[in-house]
Amino acid sequence: MNHSKTGASLKTKVASLDAEGLAPQETPWEEFLRVFTKDYQALFGFWVLVLLLLMALTGKVLTEWWVVFDPEAVRLTDKFLPPLSVPSPDSIPEDRPFGGIYLMGTDELGRDVFARMFQGSFVSLSIGFVAVGISLGIGILLGGLSGFYGHVKLWFITVDTLIMRFTDAMMCFPTFFLILTAVALLPPSIYTIMIIIGLFSWMGTARFVRAEFLSIREQDYVTAAKALGIPEGRIIFRHMVPNALAPVFVSATIGVASAILTESGLSFLGFGVPPPYATWGNILSDGKGFVFDAPWLFFIPGLAIFLVVLAFNLVGEGLREALNPKLRSR
Amino acid sequence: MWNFIVRNVAQRLILLVIVSFLAHSFIHLAPGEPSEVDPMNPRMKPEDIAKIRAAFHLDDPLYVQYAYWIRDLASGELKSFKDSQPVLPKIWDRFLNSLPLFILATILVWTWAFPAGIYGAVFRGGLYDRLTVFSSYALISVPGFFLSFLAILWVVGWLGVPVISIKTFGMEHAQPAYQMMDRIWHLVIPSLMTAIGGIAVLSRYVRSQMLEVLSQDYVRTARAKGLQEDTVIYGHALGNALLPFVTMFGLLLPGLIGGSVIFEQIFAWPGLGRLAYEAILSRDFPIIMTLNFIAAVLTLLGTLISDILYAVVDPRIRLH
Repeated sequence: MNHSKTGASLKTKVASLDAEGLAPQETPWEEFLRVFTKDYQALFGFWVLVLLLLMALTGKVLTEWWVVFDPEAVRLTDKFLPPLSVPSPDSIPEDRPFGGIYLMGTDELGRDVFARMFQGSFVSLSIGFVAVGISLGIGILLGGLSGFYGHVKLWFITVDTLIMRFTDAMMCFPTFFLILTAVALLPPSIYTIMIIIGLFSWMGTARFVRAEFLSIREQDYVTAAKALGIPEGRIIFRHMVPNALAPVFVSATIGVASAILTESGLSFLGFGVPPPYATWGNILSDGKGFVFDAPWLFFIPGLAIFLVVLAFNLVGEGLREALNPKLRSR
Repeated sequence: MWNFIVRNVAQRLILLVIVSFLAHSFIHLAPGEPSEVDPMNPRMKPEDIAKIRAAFHLDDPLYVQYAYWIRDLASGELKSFKDSQPVLPKIWDRFLNSLPLFILATILVWTWAFPAGIYGAVFRGGLYDRLTVFSSYALISVPGFFLSFLAILWVVGWLGVPVISIKTFGMEHAQPAYQMMDRIWHLVIPSLMTAIGGIAVLSRYVRSQMLEVLSQDYVRTARAKGLQEDTVIYGHALGNALLPFVTMFGLLLPGLIGGSVIFEQIFAWPGLGRLAYEAILSRDFPIIMTLNFIAAVLTLLGTLISDILYAVVDPRIRLH
């Protein structure tokens, strides 16, 4: 194959199209940006997420590696202080919070809620991302296999039948109940929760990756790639996967949101991330017992989860609009 | 048509077998054991544990346990590990408790989501549309139990109405009218909370489906003919837009167990979800397996019915 030659001829072609004024007005990326930045809701969500990401990273650094905010310091003299209050005079000087003020108050053990929320943002986010990463991995693998090698016969059934019947069977079960059962029976740990949420939520991805693959497989450029003798692996990963990825990306964004919600639901039922880690879900479910005495313990994490999940959903929806011209033109 | 039905039923039967394998193996692949629930109890000697394990067939290989489970399930003799009560009547009792909650929630979802979605699509981009779209995002983003707690605080604090559990304790001798009102109050808030997520999701589906149909050529033709806008929307577009929702009836059924765990826990509602939660806490394998299995069977049944309905209303499906 003479790449340089085809490249050059393509360039001259584009140049000639340019001269005639027929070249595309904008690249796909420019088009995406134009649509996405016009969508105020999605843009709002996007900035919330950027802020959250920064907060999670600084939270990880400042609460674990270079401890400025100590989320685990117990101060029994400073129990249930409302937000923006100062430590009581008889508290131990070394244990006082950074800046000498409890920005979000303290909980029933006198722990600084701000420090806990700071630490929790990283944990909650990583649960969302790891869970979605696992479910995307399984979903793309199974969906891709059954979309591309679906017609291959194994003994007496086709690969497609095998994988899709398994997917259908998994879809019959109530997801949250399954996750709850597995998390409750396995030894409690943050990794169990991430992995279990991921393992039980790949079915949707598998189904539409398959659908995408089935339609892409019939496209001319794939036929062309086959005719050029490009190996199958390269066709799949270099040519087909990128084209099938847009809807996957959308569902991943929304998947992170629902993983965070699932984690908070598990925490509520008492099967959340075990104590040394603070997550927004378990701060909220610990706080629910003090709704009357210390409402900030309940409202701060609740509203934080709400805001972040909302941001993920809005960004997901904005991406869907921006990546799918069919939805937009109306 | 018969061909279609027979083929569908056959597929579902195969799925049923796979589902029963999965429902059984999920539990046994996890390391927790019913005999480990009470490890600190000094009266539990190793021989007692061995006896328990033998009684529950826990020492047999998995496929033998599976065979025992299927046999007991089919003959109705499956017993709970916890209290040796038959599993099926236990589940049936709780199912009857969950049923009013489920029915009311479903009615709320379907009566709110459709008008909201259709209206939003017809007046796309208007104030109402933007408001409903945004509030549906908001409603799917809020943790269900957070919202329920707020609802309990407001309803109990301001209206002075009891909402926890299925009825107020000690109301047995009150007037029937009061008892009735009491039951209704206890029912409304939990069903509303269960329904909210469904309303938000379904109204968005309805909206996008309606938008899809409204952009079709035949709708433009109908408008070009000079038909009234109402005739175009309700006569031509609506029917086609609602067609796919026939299939969604089937997907509602698993929510009967899965979606209700948290809400029944918050409202102390003695239904299926709570039974499931209690069973998980006490490692009551037969109940967990059977609940999972029943949920899956309900889903299979639901999808089967909706596929057949779909084929009845839309002849294009039958030909595939």
